[in-house]
Amino acid sequence: MNTNATSQENYLKYRGRFKGLIGWLTSTDHKRIGLMYMYAIMVFFIIAAILGLLMRIEKIAPGQTIMDAQTYNGVFTIHGIIMIFIIVIPGLAAVFGNFFLPIMIGAKDVAFPKLNLFSWYIYITGAVMGVLSQFIGGGAPDTGWTFYVPYSAESSTNVIFALLAAFILGFSSILTGLNFIVTIHRMRAPGMTWFKMPLFPWSLYATAWIQVLATPIIGITLLMVIAERTLNIGFFDPALGGDPLLFQHLFWIYSHPAVYVMILPAMGVVTEIFPTFSQKPVFGYGAIAISSLAIALVGYFVWGHHMFTSGISYWSRWFFSFLTFIVAIPSAIKVFNWISTMYGGSIDLKPPLLYAISFIFLFMIGGFTGLTLGALATNVQTHDTTFVVAHFHYIIFGGMGFAFFAAIHYWFPKIYGRMYNNRLAYLAWGILFVGFNVLYFPLFVIGIQGMPRRYFDYLPQFQTGHVISTVGAFILFTGLIIMFYNLIYHRRRGEIAPSNPWNGVTLEWLIPSPPPVENFDQTPVITTKPYTFEPAEKAKA
Amino acid sequence: MNTSVAHTEHYDPEGSKIGMWLFLFTEMFLFGGLFLVYAVFRNKYSADFHHGALELNAFIGAINTVVLLTSSMTVAMSITAVQKKNKRLAINLLIITILLALVFMVNKYFEWSHKFEYKLYPGSPVVMNLPQGEILFYGLYYMMTGLHALHVLIGMVLLTVNIFKVKSGKVNHERHSLIENSGLYWHLVDLIWIFLFPLLYLVT
Repeated sequence: MNTNATSQENYLKYRGRFKGLIGWLTSTDHKRIGLMYMYAIMVFFIIAAILGLLMRIEKIAPGQTIMDAQTYNGVFTIHGIIMIFIIVIPGLAAVFGNFFLPIMIGAKDVAFPKLNLFSWYIYITGAVMGVLSQFIGGGAPDTGWTFYVPYSAESSTNVIFALLAAFILGFSSILTGLNFIVTIHRMRAPGMTWFKMPLFPWSLYATAWIQVLATPIIGITLLMVIAERTLNIGFFDPALGGDPLLFQHLFWIYSHPAVYVMILPAMGVVTEIFPTFSQKPVFGYGAIAISSLAIALVGYFVWGHHMFTSGISYWSRWFFSFLTFIVAIPSAIKVFNWISTMYGGSIDLKPPLLYAISFIFLFMIGGFTGLTLGALATNVQTHDTTFVVAHFHYIIFGGMGFAFFAAIHYWFPKIYGRMYNNRLAYLAWGILFVGFNVLYFPLFVIGIQGMPRRYFDYLPQFQTGHVISTVGAFILFTGLIIMFYNLIYHRRRGEIAPSNPWNGVTLEWLIPSPPPVENFDQTPVITTKPYTFEPAEKAKA
Repeated sequence: MNTSVAHTEHYDPEGSKIGMWLFLFTEMFLFGGLFLVYAVFRNKYSADFHHGALELNAFIGAINTVVLLTSSMTVAMSITAVQKKNKRLAINLLIITILLALVFMVNKYFEWSHKFEYKLYPGSPVVMNLPQGEILFYGLYYMMTGLHALHVLIGMVLLTVNIFKVKSGKVNHERHSLIENSGLYWHLVDLIWIFLFPLLYLVT
């Protein structure tokens, strides 16, 4: 069934009660909210990326180059807070989850559209507060995004503001997760059983549970730090009988599962891309779906691996290290399935697939170095070095970031009904991929050699690595500029895209581009498994 | 897919109830963080916690427990009244619930101000000179009961909204998810108190 003929206007042109900007800001259409998240995230991403570039410029030579040590502390803190809480955690779920989850399960909207819009406003409030904390009050917070006590309880900078911002952003994350769980439970199209649901919704489902069940812990923890600073309640202050380690436990009980909030939707996105560009059903559908849940579940119990050198007991270290190795298994299952999906398929190397393949490559490097960090002995050597920095940038930027780029290149024609320039997209991908590796790989090397993270200055022997890394940062930035130009320019001026440019088979490709306001003229009824490519099936028969 | 069915208007009481339960889970985890901190410090400073708990007024605490339990009953009765189309009774029961909540808050006010008179508040010179475990006990006491009181206030606002919705007929025997979910929230406020009361007042 191809419902190309539709009686409705598309969501970009549709005029509700208000027009123009107000029309967007008051819209409860999940597609518009998704785009509003995307534009906000892009703005904050540019801010945080520039902060990152400034840090790299500072590190081009030992000693002070362009900023003093205190400014550097503020810059890496705000870079972390923006990137983690404002961009990566909401990231894929809020943008593409909002836009495509209802369409992919054949629904008109999410379960609670007003709540969805409300989450966006909470998000914007928190995000703006996070950025403002850099400028008002006692100076930019300098605790790092982890807010470790006792320093975060003592620092004279504007920590409370940043803590509140993270608290508020958590609220938005919880409400989005809640909305998605109910949507997936209640609003799947008739006939779409759990195991006929596409895999991006599956990954969002696992993510949403983590958001709902882990985020409150960070909320209360941040409140306790605020109480510590304002009311002198000493939960984490040894002078008053408190315990700083307790903070680390509470912080990572949330913040490690949060890593899976970042990476699970990314895995979901590439799981959509591989079958489409191989024109072949996804390999091991059930294994991928269940491994998402397994990651979400086991991911809860590995937080202690952030604290191996903090002085926790031998047995708890043993336990956390063991579970860290266990959580690698479902991730490896997914990698195996993605590669097997491509095997024997008719591969069409379009920009989205290139990004997805580089996702696997970068995610594997990030994943294996994660095991280096998860093993007790090597952790002691590499703890708090730039090795850690390189590891999580490979996972977060190389994983989630590249999956985001893959997603935007994959769904761009659907979202805007226009096509970007393919040649520019290839060029941008090449530059980004090279720049990324030149930027972050040297950090592994100097990390093992002993370069600590978060240091403003360094010994001369590390300079070669730092210079290569800074050069990489400029290459990466060039790639980003080309990619942004390509996407932003062709959003309105690109060639008109057909409704199904990639020959995809999930529901979003069966409706016009851009999608109509209510997504479907009639609610679709699902009778087959997802990823059933008809020509291939016929050839087999 | 080869067939399709027509759209229908979206009203899903089951869905909103799932949503509410999920939200209640997050509330439990929010307090769960504090209960965890309580457990850690109670284990470490059990003697100090014992002394701290003796200072609290178990009588007022007990009264407040009865008050909240009763209010949980009245809100449940009010939901049944809405379902049985008895609008007048539903509104009266909601008003009684809010009044009971008010009694709880007034008691709390007297309890706290009594402590403030003796300078037993976090960061005060008196508290700072207490043994470490007692400092933490008072910290937990104020933070847990304070956060709970905030929830009582939010619940009161929610119940007030329900009064107007029942009055205008927007909440009626056919569409009653709002009052049911508010009732669930109110039960949670009650439930958390039922754990706070023994942990802070009774276990000595």
